[in-house]
Amino acid sequence: MRYRPYQALGLFTVVLFALVGTGLLLPAWQFLTTVALAKGMAVLGLMLLLRTGLVSFGQGLFYCLGGYAAGSLGQFWGITDALVLLVFGVAVAVLVAAILGLLMARYRDIFFAMLSLAFSMVLYGLLVKSQMLGSTDGFNLATPTLLGFSMGGDAGSFPLYVMACVLAWLAACGLYLYMDTPLGRLSHAIRDNEIRVEYMGASVYRAIYIKYIIAAALTGAGGVVAALAVGHIDPEMSYWVTSGEFVFVAILAGTGSVLAPFLGSIIFEVARSLATQYSPDTWQMILGVVMLVIILFLPGGLWSVFAHRRREPS
Amino acid sequence: MNAILEARNLNKRFGAIVAAEDVSVAIAADAVVGLIGANGAGKTTFVNMVTGYLKPDSGQIALEGNDITTLRPRQITRRGICRSFQIPQLYDTMTVRENLEIGLGILWLNRRRMAAESPAAAGAGKAASLDAAAQDILEQFHLAAHRDRIAGELPEGLRKLLDIAMALIARPRILLLDEPTSGVSADEKFDIMDRVMTAVHAQGVTVLFVEHDMDIVRRYSQRVLAFYQGRILADGSVRDVLADEDVRRHVTGA
Amino acid sequence: MSHLPAVLADGVFYASWLFLIAVGLTLIYGVMRILNLAHGSFYALGAYAAASAAGAWLAQGYAPFGSYAVLIVAAVVAGCVVGPLIERFLLRYMYGKDEITLLLVTYAVLLIMEDAIKLLWGVDSYFLAEPYGLLGIFEVGNLIYPVYDLALFGVAVVAGIGLTWFLQYTRTGKLLRVVIHDREISAAMGINVSRFYLLTFTAGTVLATVGGALTAPMISVAPGIGIEVIVLAFAVVVIGGLGSLPGAALGALIVGLARASAVHYFPAAELFSVYLVMALVLIFRPRGLFAGAEVRKI
Repeated sequence: MRYRPYQALGLFTVVLFALVGTGLLLPAWQFLTTVALAKGMAVLGLMLLLRTGLVSFGQGLFYCLGGYAAGSLGQFWGITDALVLLVFGVAVAVLVAAILGLLMARYRDIFFAMLSLAFSMVLYGLLVKSQMLGSTDGFNLATPTLLGFSMGGDAGSFPLYVMACVLAWLAACGLYLYMDTPLGRLSHAIRDNEIRVEYMGASVYRAIYIKYIIAAALTGAGGVVAALAVGHIDPEMSYWVTSGEFVFVAILAGTGSVLAPFLGSIIFEVARSLATQYSPDTWQMILGVVMLVIILFLPGGLWSVFAHRRREPS
Repeated sequence: MNAILEARNLNKRFGAIVAAEDVSVAIAADAVVGLIGANGAGKTTFVNMVTGYLKPDSGQIALEGNDITTLRPRQITRRGICRSFQIPQLYDTMTVRENLEIGLGILWLNRRRMAAESPAAAGAGKAASLDAAAQDILEQFHLAAHRDRIAGELPEGLRKLLDIAMALIARPRILLLDEPTSGVSADEKFDIMDRVMTAVHAQGVTVLFVEHDMDIVRRYSQRVLAFYQGRILADGSVRDVLADEDVRRHVTGA
Repeated sequence: MSHLPAVLADGVFYASWLFLIAVGLTLIYGVMRILNLAHGSFYALGAYAAASAAGAWLAQGYAPFGSYAVLIVAAVVAGCVVGPLIERFLLRYMYGKDEITLLLVTYAVLLIMEDAIKLLWGVDSYFLAEPYGLLGIFEVGNLIYPVYDLALFGVAVVAGIGLTWFLQYTRTGKLLRVVIHDREISAAMGINVSRFYLLTFTAGTVLATVGGALTAPMISVAPGIGIEVIVLAFAVVVIGGLGSLPGAALGALIVGLARASAVHYFPAAELFSVYLVMALVLIFRPRGLFAGAEVRKI
């Protein structure tokens, strides 16, 4: 499928304005969508790995690192500027990924999944036992500010909502353009046939290493925004169930488009909030059934991720 | 002879199996060499060692005098040795054109690195656009009509062609073809080899190809290496080797 | 070093428990190449079934020692119902798909069963403390342990030896090892692979439910225990090598001792020590301790 950068970026911009507009019209919608977009960023990171043929069951690690980095800056150094927190959160995620990636890039398939899960659970275990970081309770974040203006409290949830929308837009545009670069295209090539990639002179290890870091950055950013929106962080962010949710949304959304993770995430959050209200004890069952339905009956687009079948155009 | 590729005393065992025993050969630039031998005789092992997939237990391989024995496949590719595979290694979910574009993209990524080691390849990387360069190769191989077909859905003959085309993209100096016509129908075989050889001669590439089909070997090679139980049984012109008694007994069965 | 006996005892007892909850998981993987995440919810099912049945038994005033039999019977029944159901009506259609897909299918089953259990038993906790203390206590030096822990160790040893004997010496066991080794050849040899899958999955499920049942007296049986346990069992199995029975035993021992050491010497590490060991093993021996060392590279 030909990449049409102008049309695609145009579409994304339209969506951005539509989102912001809808947020203005439906203020009650803002919080949920902010969180959904934040998690969507995490899923976007996961999607990059999926397109490279790797399933990470541990993106929660970076999601949590982002949140805790932002939270710690606020808690211990009193910094509340949202952009500073964002940059710091992403930096921490990238640093950890740069180290872990050296190892992770050697693995594939179920071993990659297991190792990623192991690392996220290591962080979980560390945080639960960390009194300084609030152990299982975690701690709250102060209301973020941007250039001195408050982004919460009296200002409402709109500023943070806009920030989430803009970030999502940047991430979507960025990843879309990236996938059209020679290195970006290597993702599908690696997923299809690693041997051929090596024999054409590219280092699969290096390519995966880079993508692992990019995915971590996106997920970390998502963690920061989620933490700011919810105003609270706890070790659950690194628990394997959180990573499992990202995987679920990624399957639901499919890897066909950079917009899919956000759409899927919004659907997921809406469904979850409905379920929590009306039927909290069947939410997991619904998730499980939906996942089975998708796996069993919706191959092709949604499943080309794993079955190495024809990928959908972006 | 000015050897572009030289193998010296290569040995390789897999447990009790002798895949290569004291294999030594010097290949001249622009040569076209056929490698023959029964299955398991050591032809593919030789190709695997030259392309870095296997490391010989002992011995050296030199490219234009430089030792490449322990290099990995991607490093060897960057130095100008490319190969095709017995079972075509393609990106099955992508179109023919996209398959080639990936290769060109990799060339571009490696452009600085390759400029030092393989000027011809670096030149390829600077093509006006990926599109134009891919189109060139598609045309050379008469694949242009199929450019938007999904690689995984192509018939075997076209898959083989694409596999070889992918090997040629990087403008290698040495091309190794592993059974280029196996699995291909009899009437297609010559067609494929014709197209390949035309493209190859246009680029001035040294070719080694592994083949079981003696007609192909007779028609296209200038020199033949016959393998048997890991050793080189005979090495010489097509006529001499194919007439050799040992070769007839152990390889061609003629 | 006065901690050492405690570390050893704690470690071995914890390892016994780990072995019992992990052995079914590794068995199913070994035969069917499925990493069954739903194993955790089978464990929970067993715990709940046992808690209800044995709880009712004791409430009626029947012989307290009978509660052990009730525990086990309840678990076996639960396992024999749920296992075949899931294998025949779901998994059977998924064989042949890649491991990650299968992993996600079992993940879906885990999610469904977690809520199914909540629907059946509610969200409150169940306590079944009586059987735990029934056997009394025993002393190791100046340490006191419930005899139940020792009994659990005994059960683990018996289970390990029994399963090994079964696989090595019985006809069914030997055929099972053939299936483990190579599915296609087994089918070509006329082995009814499909029936072995059913048998194995049910056996693995029962091992999980029994593990849960035996654990029930030691914990408060509440929603979410399955989710906590699966990732521990997972770690044990990965460390030992997926599909390896001795691996599960060794993995359990390593994790047990690691955690016991952490608890006594370095409490902050208690929780993550398990996953750290798992990560370390994956780094140096990606296939686990009882498998080849070849890294899954290109």
